[in-house]
This record gives sequence, structure tokens and C-alpha cells, in this order.
Amino acid sequence: MKFYRSHVLIGIDDASLAAGVKEFEALLRSELAKNNLSEEINILETGTLGLFGTGVSMTVFPERITYVNLKITDVTEIVSEHFLKGRTVSRLTLKSPLKKNYDFNYKNRIVLSNSGKINPEDIKDYLAAGGYEGWEKALLEMKPTEIVEEVKASGLRGRGGAGFPAGLKWSFTAPLEKDQKYFVINADEGEPGTFKDRLIMEGDPHKLLEGVMIGSYAIGATKAYIYIRGEYKLCIHRLEIAIAQAYEYGIIGKNIFGSGFDLDIMIKIGAGAYVCGEETALIESMEGNRGNPRSKPPFPGVEGAWHLPTVVNNVETIANVSEIIKKGSAWFKGYGPEGCSGTKVFTIMGDVNLPGLCEVDMGTPLRTLIDEFGGGVTDGHQFKAALVGGAAGVFLPLERLDVNMDYNSLKEYSAVLGSGAILVMDERADIVEMLFSIIRFFRHESCGKCSPCSNGNTLLYQLIDKIRKGKGKEEDLDTMIEVSLVMQKTSFCALGQSPYMPIYSAITNFREDFLARMK
Amino acid sequence: MYEEIFGKYTPDKENLLYILHEIQDACPQQYISSEAVEAVAEYLHITTSHIYGVITFYTMFSTKPRGKNVIRLCESPPCFHRGSERMLKKLASMLDVKVGKTTADGLFTLELCACLGVCGNAPVMMINEDIYGDLTEEKLETIIASYKGGK
Repeated sequence: MKFYRSHVLIGIDDASLAAGVKEFEALLRSELAKNNLSEEINILETGTLGLFGTGVSMTVFPERITYVNLKITDVTEIVSEHFLKGRTVSRLTLKSPLKKNYDFNYKNRIVLSNSGKINPEDIKDYLAAGGYEGWEKALLEMKPTEIVEEVKASGLRGRGGAGFPAGLKWSFTAPLEKDQKYFVINADEGEPGTFKDRLIMEGDPHKLLEGVMIGSYAIGATKAYIYIRGEYKLCIHRLEIAIAQAYEYGIIGKNIFGSGFDLDIMIKIGAGAYVCGEETALIESMEGNRGNPRSKPPFPGVEGAWHLPTVVNNVETIANVSEIIKKGSAWFKGYGPEGCSGTKVFTIMGDVNLPGLCEVDMGTPLRTLIDEFGGGVTDGHQFKAALVGGAAGVFLPLERLDVNMDYNSLKEYSAVLGSGAILVMDERADIVEMLFSIIRFFRHESCGKCSPCSNGNTLLYQLIDKIRKGKGKEEDLDTMIEVSLVMQKTSFCALGQSPYMPIYSAITNFREDFLARMK
Repeated sequence: MYEEIFGKYTPDKENLLYILHEIQDACPQQYISSEAVEAVAEYLHITTSHIYGVITFYTMFSTKPRGKNVIRLCESPPCFHRGSERMLKKLASMLDVKVGKTTADGLFTLELCACLGVCGNAPVMMINEDIYGDLTEEKLETIIASYKGGK
């Protein structure tokens, strides 16, 4: 292996690409070459560094100096100061107390433990970080039933929104004797404000694949699909590379490690439909149809893709599995409160100083997430509300800021964890307009299969549009709650059941805002 | 003319979305023509009505010719909160085009879309396969100019 004086890790994800990371990297390379440093300084592309700054950021090892919000105009200074003279350009470094959280955060990571540290396009990096040890252990040392039991014991719950215990889901499908079963990953991340799965797949695609392998073996599926939304180009690209490498190394394919077990992993690409995040709609889409949800029961675990038993799990859920198998369920339960074990990836955005994501223990208070990981509410402004859980989430007011972010604690406030999206709004935010945006979203995404959802969302849209234009009456607020409640009780799938939560929470917590529009 | 694309996929309905993506990406006007639909129907042994049902269901597909560059501006709550409506006004006036329509010179089609998953950089848009975040009115001018320059 070639020896370098320094290694520079540059995070490449959609956010840094949008900030011009490619131009920055190209210039950095040419500037290093100009100073004859190309042989001394190694530049590596990695996934997200998980930093709470937006823009281009990079970490220099072995010094472990992290630079953030880099501009093309900073390149000459970094090269001449840092790489030639060995002096840190402190004006560009990550500032404490954020630094403290960044380090602290890393220790607690499970699904993002490698993200920002390894090259996601090289399986050797993943192997060096202990990758595929869980798969080897599962396949060679454990029976499928033992794996199901271990995951059950870990208390791992679905991270896509519903929070259903993953091990329990597997236990319905594992004993069924069928010629073909399927293991499917729901990577159709479409909940507004959610981008955790994208960062997991971009930063460490092999971690997802390892979970897929273990899950497939546990339920007896020899074919696995990863259904990704068509907009996630970089994820698709990196997963394609990762799958090809896994075949090349004999980690998947025929008679894996001489065990007699065969597994093929394939990618399916969506084409822009929020409803396809619903598992039965996703299956319809996989089969080449419109993404209309199916009637349940039968549940997919019994009758799913091509009417055969199919387990559908979220990306983040499955990215936990390899570590659970490697380190045991007791270790996993060391994270988070009873009944909601493990960590959770939260995405924090809106009116905060540093939008981004973090992986923390389940049950971390909302206030901590916003203040410490989001850098606090935008300087000079006050917190007004947080929309937690995406469009299908809940508006939480100031009084709820100390809620612990886990399934059970949020349930006490009739709120949901959802996908872990936190949209922070300061006093300038207009709740009426935000609710309008949410209802417009549902109206657009309703698949039209059932009347409560398609007609209900249209009616809700007319009402909120009337209110925002100053033509509403107070009783319209009650009508909106009533209509959305009927939709929650009668809609065919989760999409039509969703508008009630944001509508109810917005109107009860911020009624004055709505009334002010009627004067 | 679609043989090359069909050659990559077995004639199973489950490959429909893949095939439609490829046909649309290969078309300079970024849409799926009626001739293409006929050809796909024949290859996969499914009805054209099934294919139209699928095309019109998913927002990424179009049955109408579009511009050389398709702009997809996110209008979901996080982007809406950070000023996507202002960006829409700016784009519409700059390009002199309505949502869903193509500019007279055929260079741009303006579309709205749901969350693109880059919410930390809201407001966000995609032009073809590239993502642009932290949009401002000034930034839009620069980005659009770069595409006009032949990008």
C-alpha cells in the first residue's frame, strides 16, 4: 500500500454536490499537483461527513482537522497554509461546541458509523471496517430461526414511520414453506423533510446490503429487491457498484461461502410517486403497475410480490441488522429507552443555524436535537413550532419542546416519530401557509383509488385555500378536522389517513393564527 | 429503434418502469411517444392502456414533448417554508413560461415536484439529473444562464 503523509476525506452527497464539491475537489487536486504534493496528499471521496454545516466540507487525517463551508476561493490558502506550511486555517475549521457534538455523535452511531470515513464505492474499505462479519456469522454459525429471535430480542422497530417490530414481521414469513419468498427494501424515501435513507445509501451502501443478506437468509428468501425512488441518482449509482462488488467477492450469488444458500439482490427504480412508500403500493410498482395500494389482509408477509410471501423493510431499519447480529441484542438494547431500543437518524431543517442530520439514541429530547445538533433556532429569532415526522407529522408548540423523541413518548402527545424529520419554524413562520402546503402535497399525491382520500383531500384543499385567502369562517376549522378524521377512519391506506394529524395539531395548537386570517 | 434498450431486459412486465425510464432518457425531448408505447406493449405483451396508466401515474414520466432541460422545483413543506413560491415566480418570469409548459426556444420545461430529499439545502430544484440547493433569486439567474450557454 502506498504511503501518504495526509489523507483528505471529502464528503460527496447530494447536498455537497449542490454546493459545488466537484469543482472544489478538481481545483484542490490541481493546486496540490502544482505544488508537487500529489504524491504526499491522498484525496478520498466519501459519503456525508454528517456535519451540521451545509456545503463543501472535508476532514484531514491524521490531524483530524475538519474544514466546513468551503469555497473555491479557499483552495489556494488551504494548500499553502495547511499542506505546505502545516498551519491550520482556523477561519475555516469546524467550531466548537459543534465539534464536541460531532465527536460525541460519532461514538453513538450504528447505521452511520462508517459514513464519512470510508469510500462507499470500494468494498475493501467496508471490509476493513469489519464489514460482512455479521453476514458471515449469520450464514455460517446461526440458524434462520436464531436470527429472527435475535432481532426480535433486540427490540428493533421499523424506522420508516410505523414502528412495527422488525423481528416480529420476519417471524410471520420465516416459517412459510414456499418455493419463492422475497425480501424487499423500501428506499422510496418520499416523506417531505426526510433524507436519512439517502445518506445511509450514499455513505455506506454495503451496510444496507449486509442487512439485506442477513434478513433474506433469516426469512428464507433467495431474491431481494431494493426499491429506490428514481430521483435518487447517486444512491442508485452507488448501490449498483456495491452489488456488483458483492457478487465479485462471492458474498452473494450461488452457494455463498459454501453454505448452499443462494441469494440475488436487484434494484428496482421508482418514477416519482409518494404513495409507493406504502408497502403494497411499492409491490404493485415493482411488478410494473400503477402504484395503487392493495387491500390488507392478506399482508405482504403472507402474500406480497407476485402473490408470494414478501417482507418489506425500511433502509434504516435494515442498516441496523448487521451490528445486531455481530454484537448481540443486549448490546443494541443499551441504546435508547425500554421498548424503543437503538438509535435514530433525525433530519433537522428549516429555521435552524445548521440544518443537517444526526444519529442519536432513541429518546433524545427534541430540544437537544434542535439546540445542539441543529445549532439552535436561527440567530435572533424565537422558536414557534416544529413539524415532526414530515408532512404526515404533527405541529409541536413550544410547550412540547422537551418531549423525548421515541415512539412511546411522542404517542403520549398524540404525535408520531414518523421518519424522523424535524422542520423547525421560528416566529416568522405562517402556520396557515404551512398547512396549505401540506394539504396541497397530499392532494397531489393521492393515488385516486379510494374516495375518502381523493375527494377528502380536494375538499380540504378548497377549505384551506379559502382560509388563506381571508374568506374562511371559524366553522371551516371544525369541518377540516371532521373531514380529515373521517378520512383517517375510512381511507384505504396510510396516505388518506395522514392529513388528520397535521391538521388537528395545527388547528388546536395555533388556532389564533387561523382566526387572525378571518378578521 | 428501441431494440437496444429492450435487449437489456427480459420481456417481463416488471421491467416496464426501467424500460420507460431508458426510453425517456434517450429521447432528446424527454418524453415517451405513442410509437414508443406501441413498441413497449408489443415487447412486453401488455396493453397500451396499461402503459399509459403507468406513465400518467408517475410524475417523472411525460407523454408530451418537453424542453432540452427539465426543471423540477420542489414545492413540499420544507422548501415551501424556505421560499419555493418566490423561486417559482422568479423562474416563471425569467423564462416566461407557465408551470408544466416549455419555453418557446425549447430549452426549458418548468415543472413542480414533491420532496427531493435535500431538505437541508431548501429550497431545491433539479435540472435533468443535477441538484441545485440553497436557491436564491440571484443564484437562479446564474444557473439558468449556464444552461443557456449550452450546458
